[in-house]
This record gives sequence, structure tokens and C-alpha cells, in this order.
Amino acid sequence: MKHFWWKLISVILILGSIIMGFLGEVPRLNILNETIRNLYFHVPLWFAMLVQMGVSCFFSLKYLSSYKLKNDLTASCAAYVGGMFALPGLITGSIWATYTWGKPWVADDPKMQGVMAAMIVYMVYYLLRALIPDMQTKARISAVYNIFAFCMTFVFIMIYPRLAPSSLHPGNGGNPAFGKYDMDNSMRAVFYPACVGWILMSFWLLNILNRYKKLQYKLEHHENLE
Amino acid sequence: MNSDRIIALLKKEFLLEFRQKTSLASILLYVLSTVFIFFLSFKSNIKPDAWGILLWIVLFFAAINAASKSFFTEGKARSLYNYTLYHPTEFVISKILYNILLLALVALCSVLCFAWLVSYPVQNSLLFFITIITGIIALASSLTLMSCIASKTGNNYSIMSLLSMPVCIPVLLLCLRLTRNAIDGLDWSVSYKYITGLCLIDVLIIGLSLFLFKYLWRE
Repeated sequence: MKHFWWKLISVILILGSIIMGFLGEVPRLNILNETIRNLYFHVPLWFAMLVQMGVSCFFSLKYLSSYKLKNDLTASCAAYVGGMFALPGLITGSIWATYTWGKPWVADDPKMQGVMAAMIVYMVYYLLRALIPDMQTKARISAVYNIFAFCMTFVFIMIYPRLAPSSLHPGNGGNPAFGKYDMDNSMRAVFYPACVGWILMSFWLLNILNRYKKLQYKLEHHENLE
Repeated sequence: MNSDRIIALLKKEFLLEFRQKTSLASILLYVLSTVFIFFLSFKSNIKPDAWGILLWIVLFFAAINAASKSFFTEGKARSLYNYTLYHPTEFVISKILYNILLLALVALCSVLCFAWLVSYPVQNSLLFFITIITGIIALASSLTLMSCIASKTGNNYSIMSLLSMPVCIPVLLLCLRLTRNAIDGLDWSVSYKYITGLCLIDVLIIGLSLFLFKYLWRE
């Protein structure tokens, strides 16, 4: 119980959000209609991805200050998990967009551009890791790239949409929103637990991946990863 | 940190560049031939929007070409020698300054080529100038760091463009928007927030480069 209580909480919260997400009451909004339920799945997945990207950047910083390979391993695993959450986030977004905007990908939206750039950044990060054979060099170079790329992605996702004239996303530029005015209390009661649940789930995945990679290292090198 | 040493390093870079003129010439030739292709395909009735986009595409790839050389030319032995002589901050500042000057030259040439062969639709030239300068500072400093990373992979030019493409997208988008404002001659009040955003990105990128370079440099 000491080690898995938060995993249990994560499962309960996510299950609850799926059940309540499909059965609960939602406000009737123009255009959005029932698709507003996507809020319970799409947005928490992005939050989990952002959190994992932050974790990855944090461990890269930690690696650069200590040069311990286990920190680099955690950073790369967190980047993987972030990528894992980006994909369903993208798919739920595209399904939703098909029914509200009429097509799965709209070019003129700063948030979508930002997310696409972020995904390319992390693919390049994996490519960079694959290109350098030496462990220490790989860890050092990819940590530097990770920190730089995280900062630029952060600029792109957080600051650029505020500069750009309008986003098609709900809540921007007078679009019907699940923003602060339209989300009623019954929706909040599902949305916030869903966010917590998915973020906990992402840490669980990180934990498993990290342990797996450590074991793999031990098998290959016959010593524990320092 | 010592400004004399930075100037000495800068002098060395320029000396090397002018001794083997081929690299600079090849970049300028690249710009000229690309603009010539645009001329052939658009026949000078190019839309102002497309003008800005094409200019930044030419500039971006010329910048990658130019900046990728800044670390590839340094062999292992020379890096070791530099390591004994200089502080990493001095070294990276000199590289960034050199790249800014180089890119300014490239930008000047490409704007001249565009004006000569295609057209010059810009109505607010001062805004255009500010956009180019701030954009180039951001490009030069991020590309310097990326070229150092690319040189460490021992790999080629392709990884350099791959590394820099996604991190430069926000800079390029802001520059494109500002260039469009300059072409349309919009009021300054429209552009202020973008200029501030771009300047903030400049500061952020330079700060990150200074902070991160010492980790790349150490073997």
C-alpha cells in the first residue's frame, strides 16, 4: 500500500472521469454541443505531456550539474512518456476538430502549430540520442539540446498564442468555450480530477519505463547504473 | 571574461573567412541563385505576402549554411588548444558576434538581390530593418549552439538543419508577421507587441547559449 496508493488513485480518477465524462451533465453550447465532453480527455492529456516535458528538462538540468547517467536516463524516459501522451492528445483533438471545425487539421491556429513544433523537437531529440554512440557524450549533448528545446517550445506554446491575433481554440477570440465562463461546477468536478489522474498516470508510466531501462543497462553492462 | 580576447577571437574568425573566400562566396552564390529561381518562376509579379515568406526562407537556409561552418572547421586538436586559452563564455560570445555579422551581410545581400531581381514592396523600411536585425540576432545565437551540437555528433549538415528547424520556428513566425506588417505599412502600434516578443526571445536565446555552452565545450 505504501508504494502503490497513488497508482490506485490515478486509476480511480481516470475511470471516474471516463464514466462521468460520458454520463454526466454538460451545458448546452452552440456549435460545441456534446463534443464539449472532449475536454475531459483532450486537455488532461496535454497537461500530462507538458508536465512530463518539464520533468525531462528538470532531469537534464540535474544531469548537467551532477553528470550522473541515471538522471539522463530519467530525462530521456520522461521525454518518451511525453511523446506517448502527445499522440492520443493529438488524436482526440483531431477527432474533435473533425466535428466542430469541419476538418481534422486547421493550419491557422497557433496552439496546433506549437504542438506540431514540440513533437518535431522531441523526435529530433530521440534522433540525436541515437546518433551519438558514447554514453556520456550522448547524455551531455542531448541534455543541452533538451533544455534549449524545452525553453523554445515553452515560448511557442505559452507565449506565441498570446501574441498571435486569434486562435480557433475554444476560449480564444470570442469562440464558445470551455473557458472560465462556460465551464460550470459539475464539469469542473470531472475535469480537475481527470487532470490529476492523467498526470499521476504519466508518472506511473515514467516509473515503469525508468525501471525497465535500468534493468536493461544492468543486463548489458553487468553493473548498476550510477 | 575579457573583451580583448573576444576581439582577438573575432579577428581570427574574420581572418580565416577572408583567407578562404570560398565559403562566404558559396553562401552568397546560393542566395543569388535561389532568388534567380524565384524571379524565373514568379516573373516579378510576386504577391507581397509571398515576398516576405520567400525572403525568410532564403535567409533561414543561408543562415544554416553560414552558421554550420562555425564549429565544423575546428578540429579536435584546435578545440583542445582553445580550451587551454579561453573561457567558454568568451568563446561563445565571439562566435555569436561573428555569426550575427555574417548573417547581417547575408541578409543585406538577399534583400538587395530580391530588390534587384524580384521587387521591393516594403512600405515601412525602418520596421523592416528592425525585424531583420532582431531576427538575425535570434537566428545567429540559436544556430551557433545548434552547430556546436551538430559538430559533436560527428555527423553532417543534415543533422544541423534538423536540429535548428523546430527551435527556430517561433522566431521565424514572429519575423514573418512583422515583415508582413512592414510590407503593408501598418501603424507602429500594431507591431509593438511582436517587436517586444522578438526582443525577449533574443534575450532568452542568448542567455541560454551562454549558460549551456560551457557544458558542450567540456569533453
